Amino acid sequence: MNDVIGIEHFLVVGAILFVLGVLGIFINRKNVIVILMSVELILLSVNINLVAFSAAMGDLTGQIFAMMVLTVAAAEAAIGLAILVIYYRGRGTIAVDDVNQMKG
Amino acid sequence: MIQALAFYLFAGIVIASAVMVILSRNPVHSVLWLILAFFNAAGLMVIVGAEFIAMLLVIVYVGAVAVLFLFVVMMLDIDFAEMRAGLVKNFPIGIAMALILLAELGLALGVYGAGGLQLGDAAANDAAQRLGESNIEAIGRLLYGPYIILFEIAGIILLVAMIGAIVLTHRGPKPGGRARQDIGKQISRRPDEATVMKQPTVGEGVEL
Repeated sequence: MNDVIGIEHFLVVGAILFVLGVLGIFINRKNVIVILMSVELILLSVNINLVAFSAAMGDLTGQIFAMMVLTVAAAEAAIGLAILVIYYRGRGTIAVDDVNQMKG
Repeated sequence: MIQALAFYLFAGIVIASAVMVILSRNPVHSVLWLILAFFNAAGLMVIVGAEFIAMLLVIVYVGAVAVLFLFVVMMLDIDFAEMRAGLVKNFPIGIAMALILLAELGLALGVYGAGGLQLGDAAANDAAQRLGESNIEAIGRLLYGPYIILFEIAGIILLVAMIGAIVLTHRGPKPGGRARQDIGKQISRRPDEATVMKQPTVGEGVEL
């Protein structure tokens, strides 16, 4: 019964997760922490795709790439939270719907 | 058969938790749903035979997300009395969630023992398994061999991120706090402006 689950199933899961992450960015415009979590979901969907193709093609390069995506995701979370901390220090809130300091 | 069952369970819970991440009102609940999503994604990766990435996902992501959770708790005004009141109410749900996670762990273990999913054509899988080494051995051989430059670059990325986070959030010493060393001031002192020669007469002191 192994042939009932193919790579298409994994790609569909990855696609749904990606769309949910993008949707989360759009419907949580005010809460920057949830936006960061949505970015993590998007990166997770990328990882699922990479691992699925890696397993399907019998080539471990995809898993190496997934590790690199994990690295970048960790770095991005650290920098994003640092920016959030200094923003909170300056404003006393993390509501980001009125952020326009960098508008020219 | 158990592989298909495990796939649909993991995939369904991943998607349901992702929906809850973006829909829940309380950011703390979002973080907890995100942790559940990552656990189940790790399960998805275990059943295709990528154990190392799955463990990395649990360690790095769930570890980092726990820190994210702490941030949310520290930075937002969350009523802890209300949360404690919800503890009794949510206790059965928590127990049910723990049992589901335990069952999933057992399921993933069973699928892994049963041989895992075979994606793609059999020839590719044969080529992958012909070497007869485990997933982590093969990844290590690749990572410290042809991809060593990539590995080093990943390390540099993490270093830059760490330094960036420290530089962004470091506040420096408080004014009026502890005495600090000013090295420029120290090495620019000259003997003639730091010391004076006095010839006090006997029985008198020195006026400084």
